Amino acid sequence: MAAVQETIDTVGTLQTDKYKYGFVTDIESDRAPKGLNEDTVRYISAAKGEPQWLLDWRLEAFRRWKEMHEPNWAKLRYPTIDFQDAYYYSAPRRKPKLNSLDEVDPDLLATYAKLGIPLGEQKLLANVAVDAVFDSVSVVTTFKEKLGEAGVIFCSFSEAVREHPELVRKYLGTVVPASDNFYATLNSAVFSDGSFVYIPPGVRCPMELSTYFRINAAETGQFERTLIIADRDSYVSYLEGCTAPQRDENQLHAAVVELVALDNAEIKYSTVQNWYPGDETGKGGIYNFVTKRGDCRGAHSKISWTQVETGSAITWKYPSCILRGDNSVGEFYSIAIANNYQQADTGTKMIHLGRNTRSRIVSKGISAGYAQNTYRGLVSVHPKAEGARNFTQCDSLLIGGHCGAHTVPYIESRNPTAKLEHEATTSKISEDQLFYATSRGIPAEEAIALIVNGFCRDVLQQLPMEFAVEAQKLVGISLEGSVG
Amino acid sequence: MLEIRNLHVEVGGKEILKGLTLSIPAGEVHAIMGPNGSGKSTLSYTLAGRDGYVVTSGDILYQGESIIGLLPEQRAAKGVFLALQYPIEIPGVTTMTFLRTALNAQRKARGEQLMDAAQFLRLVRAKGKTLNVNDEMLRRPLNAGFSGGEKKRAEILQMALFEPKFAVLDETDSGLDIDALKLVAEGVNALRGPDRAMLVITHYQRLLDYIVPDHVHVLAGGRIIKSGGRELALELEKSGYDDIIKAAA
Ligand SMILES: Nc1ncnc2c1ncn2[C@@H]1O[C@H](COP(=O)(O)OP(=O)(O)OP(=O)(O)O)[C@@H](O)[C@H]1O
Ligand SMILES: [Mg+2]
Repeated sequence: MAAVQETIDTVGTLQTDKYKYGFVTDIESDRAPKGLNEDTVRYISAAKGEPQWLLDWRLEAFRRWKEMHEPNWAKLRYPTIDFQDAYYYSAPRRKPKLNSLDEVDPDLLATYAKLGIPLGEQKLLANVAVDAVFDSVSVVTTFKEKLGEAGVIFCSFSEAVREHPELVRKYLGTVVPASDNFYATLNSAVFSDGSFVYIPPGVRCPMELSTYFRINAAETGQFERTLIIADRDSYVSYLEGCTAPQRDENQLHAAVVELVALDNAEIKYSTVQNWYPGDETGKGGIYNFVTKRGDCRGAHSKISWTQVETGSAITWKYPSCILRGDNSVGEFYSIAIANNYQQADTGTKMIHLGRNTRSRIVSKGISAGYAQNTYRGLVSVHPKAEGARNFTQCDSLLIGGHCGAHTVPYIESRNPTAKLEHEATTSKISEDQLFYATSRGIPAEEAIALIVNGFCRDVLQQLPMEFAVEAQKLVGISLEGSVG
Repeated sequence: MLEIRNLHVEVGGKEILKGLTLSIPAGEVHAIMGPNGSGKSTLSYTLAGRDGYVVTSGDILYQGESIIGLLPEQRAAKGVFLALQYPIEIPGVTTMTFLRTALNAQRKARGEQLMDAAQFLRLVRAKGKTLNVNDEMLRRPLNAGFSGGEKKRAEILQMALFEPKFAVLDETDSGLDIDALKLVAEGVNALRGPDRAMLVITHYQRLLDYIVPDHVHVLAGGRIIKSGGRELALELEKSGYDDIIKAAA
């Protein structure tokens, strides 16, 4: 493995500052006092001018959370998190309500431009509406009018609480209950903002929707909440992107995403997660504890998760589908890259409740450096799920000799007609392959990116066109300085 | 073009090449023959710059400059090409993508303009045609599941695309049927020219009926022990290596 080692070393020296989103925006902000108690919850709710029912919901979640324990079943190691040693709310100081981009703080616009997300009207991404969330609040949502014409509601969560309380109240917590798990319950108590989407019956959303989350403030946790409802016969494709500054301390991110698909509706949810992963010695980085779940509530509904997970020091994330409606379909396509000292424990749950429900899982885990990458999945077929089908494919790719890949698939079938297939492979980028590629003129680092992109092809193809190229580049960047 | 001077090479701590000297002027094709395990592939890997093939003494001059300090990709950009005895499978990366990435990497290193997808497609199809490599094969992952002969043809396709100045073919003829052998030979002959040179490693003098060499060398025990013209290959085929090795000892 001499050549591989040398490649690693050479690349390692080039590596120092490859996370190009690591800058900090110097901006005035208001934040809640440090620590977490009932007053923190009240502060957040008051800051957002929330109705009593939502405050009560938060407080109930907080009471439950105090009695819960952090889960420890994942293959993750990290020091105990001191939940009192963080800020739970931080908002850029600005006018109370924004009506147009002209009113957005120019520093914020500049921040998003630097992230490659132009919010300025002239430079809007073609056919993609963006909701930009900065620390705890939504800064701006683009293309609102055009979406409004189609009847699509796309706004920040806070705005939805104000403008569409009946929808929020009807669906909030119905997929991920406030008591679901330690992090989701914490989120329910202190969530700050996020995106809300409602697609009315029969509407095919005229453009891609996307939210860009940005953590900026130090020592501040980010707890956003996303709720997407696709009413009967509707369709929406939604993309989430995330970045954070480079900081020495670990920052907590505990989001909740709830998706509801009614009869014949389809939701395609894509994530390109690029939170700061920590430096090459494992210092700093985001702790990402996220609960994402979709409910195929209606017959013939479909929910498809695609994720490209390249960032975060720790990833704890299992986007899942509850296949409740008969003939509903759940999909999970995942690329999880862990380099240096990153740890990823990610996968999915497919819960087959309805008849003839189908699910498909394609997971590609790439480990490099000293990273640990675990696929953890559950396929569960309930007694009434006559004719349920699942296909699972889990592939792991190892780069270098110090990293680890683990596959933990759980299967529970309580219906004899179910057909479940599972395939798993583990491979390595070999010395032979690297020599072959370099002897053809391809530098080692580029060769690794090429081979890894080839390995992930099935999943990359699932991303919306606008983002596939970006994701492909990200795969390369994440592995720079890899191999160990 | 290429001058190998008293080359000693160690692999895994064991000396395999033990003072190999060989000179290949521009415009010439040389053939190397030799018993199994004599160091032929070791020589080809060393020329390509594979890590782990440690030059302990001697030198390799290419176009008048030593290349022993250069990485494989740097040698490739300078026009050195090796068709492997056992080509490597690259799962998931289509042949087309791999070849374009490689060609553009070489062009970039030389400061030339990159080829866009359309230009490249035209070029690779034209080159593929003469080697009987069709679009279907170009869309498959490189070498993955290719038959032995297909792998060898894919190697020669790469040579045709890159148009190297100095190419080493390590037993490219092994495993080829007679039609494929002719195709490969045509590909090689098409590349012959006054400013190019080639080193053809083979066990069979039959190949040399199609690619007629200017010189034939016998490699045994990590050294060139005999050199001659075309007729040396015929002699070897008739009487084997024993007599020559004994005579050289
Ligand atoms: N990593 C290694 N460690 C020790 N010995 C090695 C190593 N690699 C190759 N060798 C030895 O070096 C010698 C030369 O091998 P090489 O592959 O160059 O032979 P060759 O002339 O190409 O043979 P063939 O005609 O069978 O292809 C062999 O004895 C082989 O076992
Ligand atoms: Mg050999």
